[in-house]
Amino acid sequence: MDRFAWTSGLLELGETLVVQQRGVRLCDGEEKVKFDSGVLLLSTHRLIWRDQKNHECCIAVPLSQIVFIEEQAAGIGKSAKIVVHLHPASSNKEPGPFQSSKYSYIKLSFKEHGQIEFYRRLSEEISQRRWENMPTGQTIQVNKDPQAGRVRAVGIVGIERKLEEKRKETDKNISEAFEDLSKLMEKAKEMVELSKSIANKIKEKQGDITEDETIRFKSYLLSMGIANPVTRETYGSGTHYHMQLAKQLAGILQTPLEERGGIMSLTEVYCMVNRARGLELLSPEDLVNACRMLESLKLPLRLRIFDSGVMVIELQSHNEEEMVASALETVSEKGSLTADEFAKLVGMSVLLAKERLLLAEKMGHLCRDDSVEGLRFYPNLFLTQS
Amino acid sequence: MHRRGVGAGAIAKKKLAEAKYKERGTVLAEDQLAQMSKQLDMFKNNLEEFASKHKQEIRKNPEFRVQFQDMCATIGVDPLASGKGFWSEMLGVGDFYYELGVQIIEVCLALKHRNGGLITLEELHQQVLKGRGKFAQDVSQDDLLRAIKKLKVLGNGFGIIPVGGTYLIQSVPAELNMDHTVVLQLAEKKGYVTVSEIRSSLKWETERAKQVLEHLLKEGMAWLDTQAAGEPQYWLPALFTELYSQEITPEEAKEAIP
Repeated sequence: MDRFAWTSGLLELGETLVVQQRGVRLCDGEEKVKFDSGVLLLSTHRLIWRDQKNHECCIAVPLSQIVFIEEQAAGIGKSAKIVVHLHPASSNKEPGPFQSSKYSYIKLSFKEHGQIEFYRRLSEEISQRRWENMPTGQTIQVNKDPQAGRVRAVGIVGIERKLEEKRKETDKNISEAFEDLSKLMEKAKEMVELSKSIANKIKEKQGDITEDETIRFKSYLLSMGIANPVTRETYGSGTHYHMQLAKQLAGILQTPLEERGGIMSLTEVYCMVNRARGLELLSPEDLVNACRMLESLKLPLRLRIFDSGVMVIELQSHNEEEMVASALETVSEKGSLTADEFAKLVGMSVLLAKERLLLAEKMGHLCRDDSVEGLRFYPNLFLTQS
Repeated sequence: MHRRGVGAGAIAKKKLAEAKYKERGTVLAEDQLAQMSKQLDMFKNNLEEFASKHKQEIRKNPEFRVQFQDMCATIGVDPLASGKGFWSEMLGVGDFYYELGVQIIEVCLALKHRNGGLITLEELHQQVLKGRGKFAQDVSQDDLLRAIKKLKVLGNGFGIIPVGGTYLIQSVPAELNMDHTVVLQLAEKKGYVTVSEIRSSLKWETERAKQVLEHLLKEGMAWLDTQAAGEPQYWLPALFTELYSQEITPEEAKEAIP
């Protein structure tokens, strides 16, 4: 460990960072020293170690000091290590943490792994000896902290170079991606053209296409994401996928519906089902198209669309009109209620509470009082007290 | 050479259908369907190849996503239409946007009692990012808009209203016609609007202005400040981002999802 010298940790002109690894402990030969948790940096010129807790504590050894390196596999309770054998320190070495050492090697202990890559890179640097080609000049000092009086930031040049390389590579990736994307879109366009021509044929020969073929065509459109050119409507309904989905939904939603008074808004269903799936989520259109098939498949749920456009799933056994009767009772008891108040009382979402009150109004059981203070519903006394 | 694996029944049926069509002098759509099926398989392979090289790009790069979406729209393809579509399955675009849809619904629901179901795209963006946490993929405003467009089909009143340089997102089935929208746009500059301002900027009669403002009040999208100097001011909570805290408390969040 006496080959190490204190350093600011700044890279010098011509020095480039190669790889770094956190969680490395330094050992002086077989003995542990106080440098037990740090970031180990490999540059083209040096091996630098910086304490993770105290960034001011930073030491380095030139790669030219390395004789050879060995790997030491991990054991039970022991991290993998790299053993670095070093030449004796030169007499004009900068001051370091140790004046002398009885060992001519140090060990790098990789507590957070990373030793395989590091070993590879270190071997490369040692064999390439890049430090001989790139004489280092003055260290660049940046962001000198006037208060601390110490230089904190890492030297810019090496880092900038690395960023530039990364930028170039990213640019190259992006332009390649765009090129590939354009080619892909050309092919997709062909599919769209083909589907249009098939759709035209179908239109011309109304009724000459079998049901089977219609279903097949629809499923091809589904795969490509092409709107049905014939009906222009959401193409998905009527495919096997949506039929299967409808059946699945009937299974999944039975219990939640029962727990929620037999009715749920489609947005609630969308969130619930997708949260449960985690992956391979349903698109909103998938959900709507599947729900449209519930009734025709004779499943115990159905899709209902209110006048306002709000879409809900109800249990077949649910009868919203009956619920209206109990809503009327509730409103009568309280004299009058807004949708918010009703929702809180009954334990429903405000959206569905409002729909129920609107339906009650439509059926003539409630009257509204529409003012700036909100929409309030009263029992329809005109009906009952005439 | 015999074709193996084709049942006699299927052949007979096919021949019958063919005869039927030939009878009417029409060309079988079957041929084209078969062609489409083959081309579909080829396309699937192309897409798989593309995905293996660039799937990450789509995931990580919002600008690339925009390009991708625009190109799809140009050729008449909707990659988000179905989770079962190739695009969704192979590029994973579907899951990204559908999950975003869930997050958008939850944020809107949690804040509805405060803003009546109107929220700026900025605030929605901030809240969604917060909910997603530090390690989630980056989400852009464009991503949000696309997810919202898909949510419209659920019938919950999702809408996008252009105001100023940005958008207000509506998430309740309240009817907002052109008059309402125009007043919202007027209010965007200061967060509030008065009857006089509407009269002078839009050249409307007082009655018309009042009707629109009352509708917004009823829907909970506007709040009335009668103590303002001069005349009453109609404030839009959706627009007061600087004026109060953005936090959704855990209680609000729990209340939001029944």
